Amino acid sequence: MRHNMEVAICGIKFKNPVIAASGTFGFGSEHAGYIDLNRIGGIAVKGLTLEPKKGNQPPRIAETPSGMLNSVGLQNPGVDYFIEHQLPRLKGYDTRIIVNINGNTEEEYCMMAEKLQGKPVDMLELNISCPNVKQGGMAFGTDPDTVYNVTKSVRAHAGQPVLVKLTPNVTDIREIAIAVEEGGGDGISLINTVLGMAVDAKSRKPILANVVGGLSGPAIKPIALRMVWEVSKVVGIPIVGMGGIATGEDAVEFLLAGAAAVGVGTANLISPTACIDIVNQIEEYMRINGVEDINELTGGLIV
Amino acid sequence: MKGPELCKVTDNRLIAGGMYKLRLEAPNVAGNARPGQFIHIKVPGDRSRLLRRPISIYDACHKKGYVEIVFQVVGEGTRLLSAVKTGDFLDVLGPLGNGFSVSGDTRHLFVVGGGCGAAPVKFAASRFNFTGRTCFIGFKSGDAAYDLQEFENSCDSLLIATEDGSIGYKGLITEVLEDELKRNLPDLMLACGPVPMMKAIQQMAEKYRVPCQLLLEERMGCGIGACMTCACAVRDDEDGFIYKRVCKDGPVFWSREVMLDEA
Repeated sequence: MRHNMEVAICGIKFKNPVIAASGTFGFGSEHAGYIDLNRIGGIAVKGLTLEPKKGNQPPRIAETPSGMLNSVGLQNPGVDYFIEHQLPRLKGYDTRIIVNINGNTEEEYCMMAEKLQGKPVDMLELNISCPNVKQGGMAFGTDPDTVYNVTKSVRAHAGQPVLVKLTPNVTDIREIAIAVEEGGGDGISLINTVLGMAVDAKSRKPILANVVGGLSGPAIKPIALRMVWEVSKVVGIPIVGMGGIATGEDAVEFLLAGAAAVGVGTANLISPTACIDIVNQIEEYMRINGVEDINELTGGLIV
Repeated sequence: MKGPELCKVTDNRLIAGGMYKLRLEAPNVAGNARPGQFIHIKVPGDRSRLLRRPISIYDACHKKGYVEIVFQVVGEGTRLLSAVKTGDFLDVLGPLGNGFSVSGDTRHLFVVGGGCGAAPVKFAASRFNFTGRTCFIGFKSGDAAYDLQEFENSCDSLLIATEDGSIGYKGLITEVLEDELKRNLPDLMLACGPVPMMKAIQQMAEKYRVPCQLLLEERMGCGIGACMTCACAVRDDEDGFIYKRVCKDGPVFWSREVMLDEA
């Protein structure tokens, strides 16, 4: 029996629900040395800014129990360089390309969306949740009015469906998600990293040069699941769920909590084959549990 | 390129204070390993420690299909690694990174290593045997020195320094290096060690105008160049400096291009 793994998000078909999460997969070229990119549902490319960005001083990574902190600070070559040098190669793969965009101002988000109009990009991911930049990033994602405004503006300038990527560093994720839907956002991806820090007791110094960073990995999975569940109850737009997914079963849990697709992030750092391993494990779960269509799982949590 | 592989441990032993030498049956890694490259090892026995540990290759034998690493126990991850036994398996990705690059017309090479940083330069010395090789290795004390016979066999001339003078010259290995540089200049230097040592070598390379490659270490994520966490500052005409990836653009960099104060 063939299992249907195809899902549709904002009208775009993905061959399976596994999307490599932004910032953990570069522009795909490194992982392409280890896996067949044609076999994953989609790739959310490394977060882009209007101008090239240097990124933060190292150390930028710290291991914590069942997780890790990062403070890369959006190091990237800029949207123009991406369009000219990375996109032509990426478009050769039979997978969906989601471009993660980051602005210092609402205007910058809109300018980037415009530059990407008509380009071979399937979706935009409006990143209003990066915890590692001084301007913009998470500052846009913590207030419902700001979220509504930036979503609405970008929607008006975008040629592709817009996913809005949310930060978990808020009191009530539901009001933020509602603001996205009201602003015309086509979908929601969540969660970005949880703000955290690590200290070296011996040297009495923080491990990250930036002092604080974003926590990811299995440590945050329960938070992410809870937020996907809460958001799915209050919005009608599709959700791409992520946060600590390391196995096919983790992915299924997110689908059950209400996600239409999933992002795999930190797992890509542990093994370059993680995305494919997870696709295979979801397929195995479907086979063992007699699930013919993956879409049956979305929101299928029995409570 | 292969993904992570389970490799059998064929030996793991304490070779000096807190320092272990571990041998793996890893034909795919051994066949491709070049000096200066590293393998990225998953911490055994504790799934809550997610990140792999990047460890330089100390030796590799294509014919016998083994790879050796030397590592120091610095935290819980390396402690768990030190506890593995012959017959255990480790999850290994590699070899990764760009190794040292030594051209065929090099006549004389200085390799300089400090502590566990001596391990990758030993591999370099043993592989680049078409050239004259002087090996400089420094340790805190004689207790921390390891495998001296192996170093002896891998070069034409071995110079050792310990900070307490228990073996060889009493003081820093960089002092021995400078004495030697005053007498004769090599075509190329290769170095790996703690940051203060690397800074001293970088200054000497400049002062004596000797091309020099430094093998850097940094807290690392994926090891393949995707996550951008293991940054090191490299001089750039336009912007002053840019951050490059230690894992993929390095871990070996030209001494004149890296900015160790920014890293």
